Amino acid sequence: MYSIILATASRYLLLLLQMFSLFLLFRGHNEPGGGFVGGLVAAAAYALYFIANGIAEAEKLLQIDPFYLIAAGLLLAVSSTMPSLAAGMNVMTGIWFDTGTALFGKVGTPLLFDTGVYFLVLGVTLEIIFSLAEGDLQ
Amino acid sequence: MVNQILVFPILFPLLSAITMLFFRRSVAIQRIISILSSFLLLAAAGWLLAAVISGGMLTVQVGGWRAPFGITLAADLLSAVMVAASALIGLTTVLYSLATIDRERERFFYYPLLQFLMMGINGAFLTGDVFNLYVWFEVMLISSFVLLVLGGTPVQLEGAIKYVTINLLSSSVFLAAAGILYGMAGTLNMADLARITPHLPQQNLLTVVSVLFMITFGVKAAVFPLFFWLPASYHTPPVAVSAIFAGLLTKVGVYALIRFFTTIFSHEAVFIDEVLLAASALTMLSGVLGAAAQYDFRRLLSFHIISQIGYMIFGLALHSPLAIAGALFYIVHNIIAKTNLFYISGIVERITGTYDLKKAGGVYAGHPVIGMLFLIPALALAGIPPLSGFWAKFVIIKAGFQAGEYAVTGIALLVGLLTLFSMMKIWNEAFLKDLPQPQVEGNRYETMGFGRRLLFFSPVVVLGLVTVLLGVFFEPVFRLAETAAAQLLDTQAYITPVLGRVK
Repeated sequence: MYSIILATASRYLLLLLQMFSLFLLFRGHNEPGGGFVGGLVAAAAYALYFIANGIAEAEKLLQIDPFYLIAAGLLLAVSSTMPSLAAGMNVMTGIWFDTGTALFGKVGTPLLFDTGVYFLVLGVTLEIIFSLAEGDLQ
Repeated sequence: MVNQILVFPILFPLLSAITMLFFRRSVAIQRIISILSSFLLLAAAGWLLAAVISGGMLTVQVGGWRAPFGITLAADLLSAVMVAASALIGLTTVLYSLATIDRERERFFYYPLLQFLMMGINGAFLTGDVFNLYVWFEVMLISSFVLLVLGGTPVQLEGAIKYVTINLLSSSVFLAAAGILYGMAGTLNMADLARITPHLPQQNLLTVVSVLFMITFGVKAAVFPLFFWLPASYHTPPVAVSAIFAGLLTKVGVYALIRFFTTIFSHEAVFIDEVLLAASALTMLSGVLGAAAQYDFRRLLSFHIISQIGYMIFGLALHSPLAIAGALFYIVHNIIAKTNLFYISGIVERITGTYDLKKAGGVYAGHPVIGMLFLIPALALAGIPPLSGFWAKFVIIKAGFQAGEYAVTGIALLVGLLTLFSMMKIWNEAFLKDLPQPQVEGNRYETMGFGRRLLFFSPVVVLGLVTVLLGVFFEPVFRLAETAAAQLLDTQAYITPVLGRVK
């Protein structure tokens, strides 16, 4: 069932929810939030768009196969262990850089890990939703 | 920092599995990455072993959080040897898979799953934390679940239901036991536990916890009476998967038993040892008697896994330095020989078209070399000198007599004889007798190209060679096992490197 109200709203909501998911991702280290919740919210945004506009539109919007989001997320998360290994410290030790700006604050390898989790969760959720939707169509 | 090589056996399989995910449409690239990563893993494991032999125990405090607050990875000699053996099996299994796994399974992430499995196994060997051990067990089990059902044939699913159910049950027992232990000791770091548990007030409750751990690892190791899932499932997947399961998965359970009942619960020895002793005798007997009734090549071998596990548990139960060293040598011998036998069962199946020993036959007449390749691990398993199995059995039985456990030692001798009988049954049925029905058209062995055949046989030759070498160079290898056993029995040697202070 196509609803023009939902379809129109979902376009704006998609953007808003994605911004909110990034906000959750970045505040995650010190306050409630983080990669997992952020990824879920981002996936919810796409799910809403798919409910309003159909699976074909949603896949076109995403452009990338969610499976590669999973792989990229895993790779990002694992790569967060590399800097400490290269620096000869205990593996997975957090390394932080102070950017000196109020907006970013301190940036470190845990953020890399969180970003990996973000993409992983987004990818897994979308993969599940898309497979279910495709199964439904057949 | 040399300590950091400890993470490579976990990191390499993980990275290669993730890289393979990016190439999910190209099986060729996945194969190349698998080979590269397996060689790298073997190199890293060899390096780790060399470092541990020369420099003693290695530890890494993950994230820089000091033990017992963070997660510790620790490699003593036992862990390093297990990682090296599993890396060798991982490499040969990848080579064997290249020759035998069908296209459909390859496309459904067979190679990444194999790497995830290796990561779980290595992680379980290297961790120094009980809860972390649980996590690695899960990594290993989930990969093995998928590998077991990949392909989705009805017989696979039937085996998998039993396998998954019993393993989930054992995992929940593990989790409960870890919870109780944490509630009592306030720590799950193995070294810290080894330090604290002797001084805990509730020693009775500690006994209960140790029995819970014995049950959960007993399931994973297929100890009597918790073994029935193994022969129900191990013969169902492709033979490469059967082989790596047979070689490594139960041994992770045995490793955990050894780790827990030497390092952590050593003072509990008397009570647990009696239970383990009885269990080991029954495990040896029930495995070998179960095998006598089997005529499916892989089911027969599966029952022999169980009886061999009995010997290792027997060594652990005797709890003398000689017995533990014998058990360690036995594990290594068995990993190599058992995996090799499964590889050969795959070759026999290719030639005769069946795993059913009654329908098979004529392999020796047509391919005498394969007959020889079979005899090496088969006779090693039965304990014929000078192969590795003879020494393994010899040491365990000697330790049994020293401890005065004549009844169980007698059973161990008898089981050795019955194992020989079983191996001769395979030899007579599959190799010596004529093929009952002449081969139908389209033999899948004759049509194999040279490259495939090379991949098909190289694992068997390599593992056969290792079996012979383990027997010939028994002296230095066993000295290594004795050092490892001495490390295990001296808890302080494990505590000090991890906690960094003596108390």
